[in-house]
Amino acid sequence: MAELATDNLGTQGAARGGFGAWLLDPKRRGALLVTPAITILFVMNIFPLMWSFGLSFFNYKASSPRVPSFRGLSNYERVLTDDKTWERFQTTAVIVGSSVLLQLIVGFLLALMFAKAFPLRRIVLMLVLTPMMLSFVSVGVFFKLFYEPTFGIVSYVMNLFTTEKFVMLGSPAGAIAGIVIADAWMWSPFVMLLVLAGLVSVPKYLYEAAEIDRASSWRTFWTITFPYIKSLLLLAILFRTIETFKLFDIVYIITEGGPGSSTETIAVFLYRNAFQFFQTSRSAALAYIVLFIVIVLTNLYLYAVNRRAQEAN
Amino acid sequence: MARKYREIGKAGWGYTAITSVVGFIYFFPVLWIILTAFKTRTDALAVPPKLFFTPTLENFTSVFFRASITTGTSQATDMGLYFFNSIFIAFTSVGLALIVGTLAAYAFSRYPLRGNDTYLFIILTTRMMPPIVVIIPIFLMFRLSGLAGSYWGIILLYTAFNIPFSIWLVKSFFDELNPEIEDAARMDGASERRVFFRFCIPQILAGLSATFVFGLILTWNEFLFALLLTGVETRTVPVAMARTLGGEVGVDYGLLAAIVTLFLVPIFFVTFLLQNQLLRGVTFGTVKK
Repeated sequence: MAELATDNLGTQGAARGGFGAWLLDPKRRGALLVTPAITILFVMNIFPLMWSFGLSFFNYKASSPRVPSFRGLSNYERVLTDDKTWERFQTTAVIVGSSVLLQLIVGFLLALMFAKAFPLRRIVLMLVLTPMMLSFVSVGVFFKLFYEPTFGIVSYVMNLFTTEKFVMLGSPAGAIAGIVIADAWMWSPFVMLLVLAGLVSVPKYLYEAAEIDRASSWRTFWTITFPYIKSLLLLAILFRTIETFKLFDIVYIITEGGPGSSTETIAVFLYRNAFQFFQTSRSAALAYIVLFIVIVLTNLYLYAVNRRAQEAN
Repeated sequence: MARKYREIGKAGWGYTAITSVVGFIYFFPVLWIILTAFKTRTDALAVPPKLFFTPTLENFTSVFFRASITTGTSQATDMGLYFFNSIFIAFTSVGLALIVGTLAAYAFSRYPLRGNDTYLFIILTTRMMPPIVVIIPIFLMFRLSGLAGSYWGIILLYTAFNIPFSIWLVKSFFDELNPEIEDAARMDGASERRVFFRFCIPQILAGLSATFVFGLILTWNEFLFALLLTGVETRTVPVAMARTLGGEVGVDYGLLAAIVTLFLVPIFFVTFLLQNQLLRGVTFGTVKK
């Protein structure tokens, strides 16, 4: 190691010699700056990830003192051949798809509204940002109360319009809608912040030029506004998809996966397997399959984004 | 329509009225929770739901003091400690993640390594894993190392959760800076440390504040890991909240709403104070040169 340092004649630090100088060598500055972050990530994230990856090849049960034995890929085989797994994936896809779409629409409309400066904007904006600051537990508990057939305000309002008693969480479709509404309500402000950033960055002279050219508002939007918010919109989709994929607390509190298993997302399914049935190893295997899918989706997505960006240039 | 997009400029009080209505509708569920905090147990579960009622501070009192039925005296709960824990743990870990993440982001932006994108992607990947998976290894690890129930354990864990997106966001801010200015400073004999602290950091302060607020919002309400890894001394408010749910008498909505309301106050004020930075910070990464 000392050799490396003395080889580097161009640096002053090396002349002083010793470990400190070696460490502070400009050649290694990048690595040195990254070290604290990587160390913490390794200890708290990557190491446990590898540990559970290892577990996925054994038949370990957290509830049993038995010494686990090596099972190779059998956990993966069982998870992948289980029809339940595929059903849970479909449920998750429906919830993620509709929630992210709703967040994009609501977030986008809110952003359009707040793109202007107006009196008391700071305060009105806070009204919209607050849902993001609530805990999942409280959103779950109170939305469940809102949907409650007897005491809930949502049911009360709906009953004013219908003769039949309104039971939001009684049907699979209603239960999914209930979860999607709660999640989208909570996270649309996040999308709004990102879109707002894009809207504000559009140079005003472009709009003036469009007005002179008498471009239609539709055309103005697609040719001027949209390109500026596109990258942020894509970023918002990526972030929200990853996060919604992990959706657990809200589902668990509002519906507990029911009625039946119609709203049991992958995260709830995982929790059940890991902590109610104590199938530690099999749930680790399932988790790795989930991670693999998310990584593939993210890569496809980033690939599409990059290709678009290249086409645009 | 074209006018609406064109004028990012000023609008009058009429516009404020319209947006207030929309904002109010959006805020309504939160308002309902806050109102519930002032309701008695019967009012909270009244049929039909009550919008107007005689407010009571009973719930707020019982957040901090629990009346003992047998002796008739009131006894202090540990909720004050839990509020301190939440604030201390969230601010420390988000601050740590920001410092460590900024250093790493600077390195990724200015001293690109081979396979830079791969490293960044791996860092992002650590956030994609469903947390339930790593819980068992982390739980075992914490027990073996004695970190379970300590402040350091949970703080380091939250720091690790915040590092990936701190790096990604802060890197985007560094990428937008003009490196020519830094080079010019170096030519004038400024040390690397000086370039970093005097030229780069001041330019991205808004971005750093934005990252801090985002991290705080995400950490403030974390529940699952807090539930498993904090002890009696280090318990956070979301865990204490969940503990009010159990019991044979059902959920005490008034008490829960009072905790939620009180817990909203600190994060609300931080966000309100840093709002301009938050908006400017998010904008920063998008302004094209």
